[in-house]
Amino acid sequence: MGENLLDMHNVSKSFGDVAAVHGINFRVGRNEIVGLLGDNGAGKSTLIKLITGYHQPDSGEIIFDDQSIGGFTVARARDLGIETVYQERALAEQQPLWRNIFMGRELANRAGLMDVKKMKHETDRLMLESMGFTSTAVTADSVVKTFSGGEKQGVAITRALYFHAELIILDEPTMGLSLSETRKLMDFVGDIKRQGKSCIFIDHNIFHVYSVADRVVVLDRGTTAGEFLTKDITLDQLMEKMYRVAETGSLD
Amino acid sequence: MTSNTEPQATGYAVAGRPVRQRSKLSRFIRSHALQIGVLGVAVFVWVLFYIGSPQTFSRFPIYQAFMSTTPFFAIMALPLTMVIIAKEIDLSFPSIMSFGMLVFTAVLTATRNVALAFVALLVAGLLAGYINGLLVVRVGIPALVATIGTSFFWRGVVLVSTGGNGSSLVPVRDTFLGPLLVGRLFGKIPMQFIWTLLIAFAVWLFLNRTRQGAHVYLVGDNEDSARLMGVNVRRTKTLVFSIMGLAAAFAGLVVSMEVLYYWPTLGEGYLLSTLSSVFLGGTSVFGGTGTIFGTLVAAFIIGAINAGIVAAGMAGFWTQLIYGLIIVGSVSMQVILRKRLS
Repeated sequence: MGENLLDMHNVSKSFGDVAAVHGINFRVGRNEIVGLLGDNGAGKSTLIKLITGYHQPDSGEIIFDDQSIGGFTVARARDLGIETVYQERALAEQQPLWRNIFMGRELANRAGLMDVKKMKHETDRLMLESMGFTSTAVTADSVVKTFSGGEKQGVAITRALYFHAELIILDEPTMGLSLSETRKLMDFVGDIKRQGKSCIFIDHNIFHVYSVADRVVVLDRGTTAGEFLTKDITLDQLMEKMYRVAETGSLD
Repeated sequence: MTSNTEPQATGYAVAGRPVRQRSKLSRFIRSHALQIGVLGVAVFVWVLFYIGSPQTFSRFPIYQAFMSTTPFFAIMALPLTMVIIAKEIDLSFPSIMSFGMLVFTAVLTATRNVALAFVALLVAGLLAGYINGLLVVRVGIPALVATIGTSFFWRGVVLVSTGGNGSSLVPVRDTFLGPLLVGRLFGKIPMQFIWTLLIAFAVWLFLNRTRQGAHVYLVGDNEDSARLMGVNVRRTKTLVFSIMGLAAAFAGLVVSMEVLYYWPTLGEGYLLSTLSSVFLGGTSVFGGTGTIFGTLVAAFIIGAINAGIVAAGMAGFWTQLIYGLIIVGSVSMQVILRKRLS
C-alpha cells in the first residue's frame, strides 16, 4: 500500500488555448486533510474535476490507491471511493430527496429494477441520523427545491458520506452558509479525519482552511506554487505568503 | 454497489425548520396534484358529453371508437413524454411513422415475409430515432432544429421512393399482424387499445423502476448536476430518442393496418395531438417532471373531444376551438398549481 492515497504527476489540462493546469504535482496522504488555496482561475476547479473523472488529463498520470486512473469516468471514480461535494452542489432540485441522495448510483436488484422502497427507507434514516432533519414536514419524497441553502448542502454532504468514500472533496462548502451552519461543516471535516478518511478542502476563506487542514497547497496560474504543513506555519505567515503570491506569483 | 449503512453522524444538523404535521392523504394529494387534475378534466369532459348526448354516451360503440383511434397517437405520446422529461423535443415522429412503413412495404414486396418486414420496420424506427439522438448529443444541434431537419428528410425519402403512390395492405390483413395489432379482443375491444396499455406499462416501468429511467428525470432536471454525479447524459438522451423512433414506426404500422392502406403522407395530422397529449398530461415543457399516467389520460381526453363533439350534435368545426380552450385552460391551471405548491 503506497504512502499516498492520491498522487498526480505532471498533469496538464487545456481548454482550447488556455492551459487550466499545467505540469501539476499534487498528492493527498492517507487520512490527511489537504487545504487547497488559490485565487479565481488558479486551477482549483479543474484540478478537482480531473480527480473526479469529469475531465480527462491531456498528459500526466493520476494514481489513486495504487491504481493508475488516467482516462476514467465520474462513475468509476465514485466506485473507487472518490466523492465530491461540488460548489454548485450538483442537485436536481425538482426531484424528491431520495432521488438526489442516490443520484447516479441508484440501488437496483438483480433483475435490474430499482429498489425504490429501500432507497426511500435509507433516505428517511439518513435524514434522522446524518442530516438532522427532524421535522415531519420533510420526507424522502420532499422536493429539494424547497430546502434552504444549508439544508441543500446537508443533502450534498450526506450523499457523499453514504457511499463510504475514501477521499471526500469539498469544493467551496461554506459558500452561502450561515455562521452556525459553517461551524457544523467544520465539525464535519473533523469527523472525516477521525474516521480515518482523507479530504481535499477548497475554500476562499483562509481561516477555515487553516483551522481544519493538515497541509495547505497553494495553486497559482495552473500549477502548485508551494505547500506547507499547518503545524509549521502560523496563520499570519500563511496570509503573508498568500498576498505575495497574488502580487508576484512566487511565495518567497 | 456499496450500500453498507452504518450510521455516520455528520453532526451536520439543520435546525429551525417549522414543524408542520400533514396527513398521509393530504401529502398524496399534493404530490399527485397534476394527475388528479388531469383526471378531473377527463371526468368533466365526459360528464359534459354525457349530458349533451346521453343516448350516445350510455352505449358501448362510442367507447369502442375512442379505443380504436386514440392509440394512433397515444402510442407515441407515451415515449414522447420521456423525451420531454429529458428536456428535449422530437418533431420528426410523424415522418418516422411513414418511413417505417416504407421499409415495411419494401421488405414485404422483396421477401413476402411479414415477420421479417415487421422486424425491419421496428429497426428502421429505432435507427431513425437513434440518428436524432446522435444529431442532438454528438453534433450538438438543438433538438427542435435537428428533428425538423430529419422530419423533412424522412418524408423526402418516402416521397422520392414511392413517387407519392400508396400501397394496399389487404394481403397482410389475414397474417398474424392483422389480429395482433388491430383485431378485436372478444370481438369488442380493439387490440390497439391493449397495445397502448401494454406500452404505457412498459414505459412507466422503465421510467420509474430502472436506473436508466431515473436518469431521464435527472438529465431533464439539471444536466450539469447529472453529469457531475456520473450519469451518462449522452447515452440517456440517445436512448429516449431511439425509443421514440421505435414507437413512431410501430404506431405507423397500427394506423396503416387499421385502414389497410399505406399512404406516403402517413403521420401528417398526428404532430399536434401527440404533443398536446403530453403537455395536457402535466409534463413540464422545462423538463424534469412528468408522468405516464397523465399522458395516457390526456391522450384519451384529446381523442374523446373529436368524437364527442360530433356525437353531441355540434359541427365538427368546433373541434379545434375546443381543443384550444381545453389545452390552454388546463396547462394554465398546471402552471398556477406548480407555483402554489413550491
